[in-house]
Amino acid sequence: MSNTRPLLEVRNLRVEFPTRRGTLVALDDVSFDIHPGEVLGVVGESGAGKSMTGAAIIGLLEPPGRIAAGSISLAGRRIDNLPYKEMRTVRGREIGAIFQDPLTTLNPLYTVGRQLVETMTTHLPLNPAQARKKAIEWLELVGIPAAAQRIDSYPHEFSGGMRQRVVIALALCAEPKLIVADEPTTALDVSIQAQVIALLKTLAREKGTSMMLVTHDMGVIAETADRVAVMYAGRIAEIGAVRQVVKHPAHPYTIGLMGSIPPISHRMDRLLQIEGAMPRLSAIPKGCAYNPRCPRVFDRCRGERPELLDAGDTRAACWLYDRADKDAAHAVAESGYGEVRHA
Amino acid sequence: MLERSVATPLPPASGGTPMLETDDVARFFDVSRPLIQRVIAREGKRMLRAVDGVSFAIPKGTTLSLVGESGCGKSTVARLVVGLYGPTRGKVFFDGQDLAVARSDASQRRRMQMIFQDPYASLNPRWRVRDIIAEPIRAFGLAQGTVEIDARVAELLTQVGLSPLDGQKYPHEFSGGQRQRISIARALSSNPEFLVCDEPTSALDVSVQAQILNLMKDLQSRLGLTYLFISHNLAVVRQVSDRVGVMYLGRLVELAPAETLFTTPRHPYTRALMEAIPDLDMTGRQRIPVGGEVPSPINPPSGCPFHPRCPLANDRCRAQRPELVAARGTPETQVACHAVEEGRDDPRPAPAEAQRAA
Amino acid sequence: MQAVRNFFDSDIWWSFTRNPVTVVSAIVAAICIGGAVLAPWIAPHNPFDLASLQLLDAFKPPAWDAEGDPQYLLGTDDQGRDVLSAIMYGARVSLLVGFLAVVMSVVLGVSAGLAAGYLGGTVDAVLMRIADIKLTFPTILIALLIDGVVRAALPRDVHDQIALYVVIFAIGFSNWPSFARTVRGSTMVERNKEYVQAARVIGLGRGRIMVTHVLPNVLGPVLVIATLQLGFAILAEATLSFLGVGVPPTQPSLGTLIRIGNDFLFSGEWWITIFPGVALIVLVLSVNLLGDWLRDALNPKLR
Repeated sequence: MSNTRPLLEVRNLRVEFPTRRGTLVALDDVSFDIHPGEVLGVVGESGAGKSMTGAAIIGLLEPPGRIAAGSISLAGRRIDNLPYKEMRTVRGREIGAIFQDPLTTLNPLYTVGRQLVETMTTHLPLNPAQARKKAIEWLELVGIPAAAQRIDSYPHEFSGGMRQRVVIALALCAEPKLIVADEPTTALDVSIQAQVIALLKTLAREKGTSMMLVTHDMGVIAETADRVAVMYAGRIAEIGAVRQVVKHPAHPYTIGLMGSIPPISHRMDRLLQIEGAMPRLSAIPKGCAYNPRCPRVFDRCRGERPELLDAGDTRAACWLYDRADKDAAHAVAESGYGEVRHA
Repeated sequence: MLERSVATPLPPASGGTPMLETDDVARFFDVSRPLIQRVIAREGKRMLRAVDGVSFAIPKGTTLSLVGESGCGKSTVARLVVGLYGPTRGKVFFDGQDLAVARSDASQRRRMQMIFQDPYASLNPRWRVRDIIAEPIRAFGLAQGTVEIDARVAELLTQVGLSPLDGQKYPHEFSGGQRQRISIARALSSNPEFLVCDEPTSALDVSVQAQILNLMKDLQSRLGLTYLFISHNLAVVRQVSDRVGVMYLGRLVELAPAETLFTTPRHPYTRALMEAIPDLDMTGRQRIPVGGEVPSPINPPSGCPFHPRCPLANDRCRAQRPELVAARGTPETQVACHAVEEGRDDPRPAPAEAQRAA
Repeated sequence: MQAVRNFFDSDIWWSFTRNPVTVVSAIVAAICIGGAVLAPWIAPHNPFDLASLQLLDAFKPPAWDAEGDPQYLLGTDDQGRDVLSAIMYGARVSLLVGFLAVVMSVVLGVSAGLAAGYLGGTVDAVLMRIADIKLTFPTILIALLIDGVVRAALPRDVHDQIALYVVIFAIGFSNWPSFARTVRGSTMVERNKEYVQAARVIGLGRGRIMVTHVLPNVLGPVLVIATLQLGFAILAEATLSFLGVGVPPTQPSLGTLIRIGNDFLFSGEWWITIFPGVALIVLVLSVNLLGDWLRDALNPKLR
């Protein structure tokens, strides 16, 4: 979509969890880019590996999880194999993190002002007085009323929505190039959620910050992201521009996922449902992981695992879109959809 | 038939006794600090007004949904109508009978059941699924002997889309969606007529949520169930409800037939809620979110509880609490808002609806 | 059969086999307990059979000593009793007292904790204040008090007959608050879970919900505390017996043996008191190490 060099390049990322019953592959062959100023949404159901992808990028995989293969590069520099201390600097200075529960990010023993000032003086050439002035500006920017007074409050003195605003200020104050936001609005009420999404969107646009937005809520992605990656069982099932993925999904899983979201605009007699459930990591089927639930499954899906293939406007990991495969072309023709994208 | 203290609306299709009716029901919780600390700090008792005067009726075979944000009291209402909490004020009637009386009679108690939000906490982890589902059957003596009970459990498991063999397993062997099916099977095992569903799909992934919602709809049409459906998700509510009540700080602010509520929402809070929902069709849409946050139910604002966040608030809203009355223009809607009553609101469809229509 | 297979496939068993200290202490505890329980069948001598006692054999040092007798591996005491056999029989008494005292604490503590946690309000306040008061007195003091009262109230021969039960009661009664507090805490968590509410919607009684729903879900930590408390109970009994207010001398426990041997410690017959002492330490230590491991293995945070 753009000719500039990607800010973040993830290539063939594989994350493994060794357990007593053998090694579980939590992420397998995950590749994507995030360009400067771009918001990439990552969606999927619980256990799909979306949070794991974010954790791998910011170097906070929970042990015993480890990156077993592949690479993560930020502005051309490998960051997946950095020593712990160096990665900590990258995490504050170049990548900001926002989590679902603001209390995991905020230190309950320090005032929010002190946390902001410390982050800025560590990463930016500012003295404490300048940093404090900046901190008040940031709190105002994220919409904390009476910021000059609230700066010396402790995290527990803020409400949930306000806390998440503080976390956003904390993630952005060192002016990172990339923000990894993992379910930043899931713990919030709808009306507060809307405020926080609007804020994130505006700030990212204004500051030209790239963002990886991990969430299970397709609505949030549709509103906020430029591109979206749909994950299933540790792999990317489909990736493409948000509008295309939402309006014309190519992968049967994405089609099912979109169909099962209840619409607010009208009442349906029956919602489209995907039968069954996502497999556990210990029992991922051979071939395409989606094949036991897929309405368009054919022989090849049960034996061979599909790579991301060109599916018109998006890229989908589905054999239906393998033009070299006559069976697939036949299956597509028979099903009557996919033609649009092949045209 | 029933004495009413406030002009409580009768359901539109009032053919017979409603399955459930509440009359100005309220529930307060004492959240005071211990006596000694209170004396030292010279403060009085502190009451959390979780539910503060809610009246509605659910006709048999229909679904009423209650929506609202966390702390609005919707889950407390759910617990009040099955008797898990007693009301501080007001009355609950189950099929025309006072709830306390109905609850003391096993043959009436059998007719109401509840489904919970958290599929991990709602099943006893130490019990086999078979025993979990059989518990109400045993408690109400609905089947005798192991053979008969096992047959009934197998039937129920099949009814909710599980295999009879799953009865042998423990809850941890199932996924969230399957556990919610087990919860439904347990609720159905006493042949209830009225089901209270407290956020039954909030903890589930969307594709599984669709399965559970479809299952609940199937069961309703097959068994003629009456539902009280609690949810914070308006899109889900639209799919299942006949009527919808919107709650804010322990009160109903709007109560209307589902179609009316979604096409012409009247209360400013209802409009704000709808406006706040991210929409798939609206990629890149700029929205104007409602400002502020939900106030504490310990210290609710004077007058209309929504006035600090309301764009239409005036002095009257700040002083006088509005009652739930038929709305100007859409009389099937009941709304508690001075602005609507005075015609100061804009009775056009919500902005999102308008955009969609355009 | 399936249950056995499940056990050997479980995370608990796996954590056990991965932990050499635990395996060793389990083996040691098994030897101690086995030796004690099976004493009448496997002990080399019967120290209570007066007919077989030979006063000539009194004060024999351990077998490896030049003056030792291979018949008495750990030597003999002042009355010619085999020390090893006396330890095995003594450990039997110690374990019996410890086990029954813990069972009593568990029954008392779990009932009180369950009632306090589930019913709350006044029941909770009263039971927990009693537990608090109980905790301000040391175990030994309470035991001495109970023993003193019983001793004063009953004639001497009656007291000797029931002395064992008095000790069990005294120790069991002192330890219940730790169970009560733990069970109360977990009960308050479980009480608010939705499966309990589901049972309440059906209309089940409080007693039935407490026993069939809550109880099975709060027993995990009880098992851990019980294991740790077994060690403490054995020690408490030994202390009481050492002070002479424990089990009667006709049924000597490890503590009694240590007290008797203590008289000879400085006259050169050290083995009479040292070996029962070592046995006591080994038994309590191995049981406590098992308890520590169990606590870690059952703690979901460490898994």
